[in-house]
Amino acid sequence: MTFPLDQIFVVAKQWMRGYVPPIAWPVTSAILSVVPILIAFPLLFAITTLLERKGLGRIQNRYGPNRTGPWGLFQPIADGVKSLTKEDIVPLTADHAVHFLAPLLLVAAAFLAYAVLPIGRNMVLVDLNAGVLYFFAVGSVVELAVFMAGWSSRSKYSLLGAMRAIAQMISYEVPLVLATVVVIMQAGSLSTVSIVEKQEGYSGIWLHAHSGFIGIIPHWFVFTPWGFVGFVLFMIAATAESNRSPFDLPEGESEIIAGYYIEYSGFKFALFFLGEYLGMFATSGMAITLFLGGWNAPFSFFTWIPTYVWFFAKLLTLIGGFIWIRGTLPRLRMDQLMNLAWEFILPMAILNMLVAGVWHFMPGGPLRWLVCIVIIAIPCVLLSRRLKRKKKFEIRTYSFAN
Amino acid sequence: MNSLQNYLLLSSLLFAIGLAGALTRRNAILVLIGIELMLNAANLNFIAFWRFGLNPSALTGVMFAIFSISVAAAEAAVGLAIILAAYRHSKTTDLDQMNSLKG
Amino acid sequence: MTVAFFILALLTVAGTAAAMGLRNAVHCVLALTLGFAGVAAIYLQLDAQFVGLTQIMVYVGAVAILAVFAIMMTHSPGPAKPAAYSSYWILGGLVAAAVFAVLAWAIHSDSASLQPEVTVQQIGDALMHHFVLPLEIMGLLLTAALIGAVVIAMDRSEEPK
Repeated sequence: MTFPLDQIFVVAKQWMRGYVPPIAWPVTSAILSVVPILIAFPLLFAITTLLERKGLGRIQNRYGPNRTGPWGLFQPIADGVKSLTKEDIVPLTADHAVHFLAPLLLVAAAFLAYAVLPIGRNMVLVDLNAGVLYFFAVGSVVELAVFMAGWSSRSKYSLLGAMRAIAQMISYEVPLVLATVVVIMQAGSLSTVSIVEKQEGYSGIWLHAHSGFIGIIPHWFVFTPWGFVGFVLFMIAATAESNRSPFDLPEGESEIIAGYYIEYSGFKFALFFLGEYLGMFATSGMAITLFLGGWNAPFSFFTWIPTYVWFFAKLLTLIGGFIWIRGTLPRLRMDQLMNLAWEFILPMAILNMLVAGVWHFMPGGPLRWLVCIVIIAIPCVLLSRRLKRKKKFEIRTYSFAN
Repeated sequence: MNSLQNYLLLSSLLFAIGLAGALTRRNAILVLIGIELMLNAANLNFIAFWRFGLNPSALTGVMFAIFSISVAAAEAAVGLAIILAAYRHSKTTDLDQMNSLKG
Repeated sequence: MTVAFFILALLTVAGTAAAMGLRNAVHCVLALTLGFAGVAAIYLQLDAQFVGLTQIMVYVGAVAILAVFAIMMTHSPGPAKPAAYSSYWILGGLVAAAVFAVLAWAIHSDSASLQPEVTVQQIGDALMHHFVLPLEIMGLLLTAALIGAVVIAMDRSEEPK
């Protein structure tokens, strides 16, 4: 079937590993697995910066960058050269050690999250028994890096931006984890590989006198009521976790200039950018693993296409979705953001868990679909009507650093 | 091969460091952090005994450590809230100056 | 003693010693984070995957940030910085050293080492069958702590105008 082209990277790695004595096999295997990740995802980051600027430009009825190379294709190289050659300015009163370590911690935590993403069949870096938990544990280190960046700059804007960013990240971490609990309930395991394997299989039609079975509806979790709601909640929370628009108040350019990385210039600024985008890719990769079937093809007659191609195709689709939403929706205010997290997304995530339980115990059929959809839809409508009422403003006092 | 002794020695060293910090620092928050360190050391002890002990399939060590982590997090939250309230009252977190019960 | 354990132990002890020794409070908390990460790595080395990852998520991702926020909010301005150590720090150090000496003397046994294979499934089973009462009590405790912390730390000095 597809296995020669599908397993080409696995076979290449084993072939390269055969050149070293067996004593060095663990280290060599680790290096051979890590280096492609270190190359592929920053490359994807470079492509995404270009895609984003061109895409946003077209949404806003203008060309994006189109001078450096045909259609602006060399723009990422120009951006890289610019960020590497800019002067590295550190404020005089800044805390130098912490100021230096903050972007490193951010990028390290962002890279660590890729260890449990299954990019293809047999192509996961390490198959942890508690893979999903590892992903969220590493994601919670990012908040500390954000705080370090904001506090060490000793500037009011950066501290304010850091506190807002941490408040936003903590608020949206709870719905993010709760939205994945439904998948864990149904899959019965925390290992990402087994979650992807549970989403194999297709429902479809039997064609007589042909190859037999044509599957047109894959068994991905997103095609169930609880899976669809979980996917939507996960993507909203992921957008907020990576500080993307419309949740980018902590780094809003027109509000507090650049938030917590205002005092960074040159390569460290580029590292923050890299870390933020890598976090976005990792969370999209986790959404693909949990809800969109990982490396499974959408139709059963496409399984000859290698699995890693499907993973990256889905990843690019989600990135396109992120760019689209950035260009379309306006920025949320801080209190609107927090209200959304605690008063809408969190109750919906808890209801989603209830619906997943109901789905599991009811026998299959249209009644199950109807009951689950009703349980989700009515509170959604009620909660969103409650959120739309007008808010009275009062004088607020801030009580942090003087 | 690591023996049980190494892990126990490490956990007692961590406990002593946490105790030293809790007894000698002035800032109330750092005293609380010392207490958190002592809890961590005790957790490490539990996991070490679970791993090298007689009945690892009973999961008692792992369970105890999980519950201990949860209780420690709750206690850190409440303790820091109390410190914040005390700071608002006496305008300082210096423990040497909070030495009278009269408000 | 394997190399990995030695490096991790060194990292943990260095982090915690710095956490209890540095003058600047925020530096203390950041060194403490390193110490917590070291302890989590030791848990992972002891094949306790769930506990190690929970340690990172709870301690590094929540308790350290709580402590840092508290330090920021209680940061008293002004040039006069108080001394870092209490006035009777010698006595405290002596007590801690004595505790460590007693504990180190008491550690002199060695047991056989098995290789437990605990999966998250087994932990979940245990939580739902054997340990279900502590689990429910933990939920109540966390709810009470959450509400209590918010009530205690709420700023009541502003009157509604």
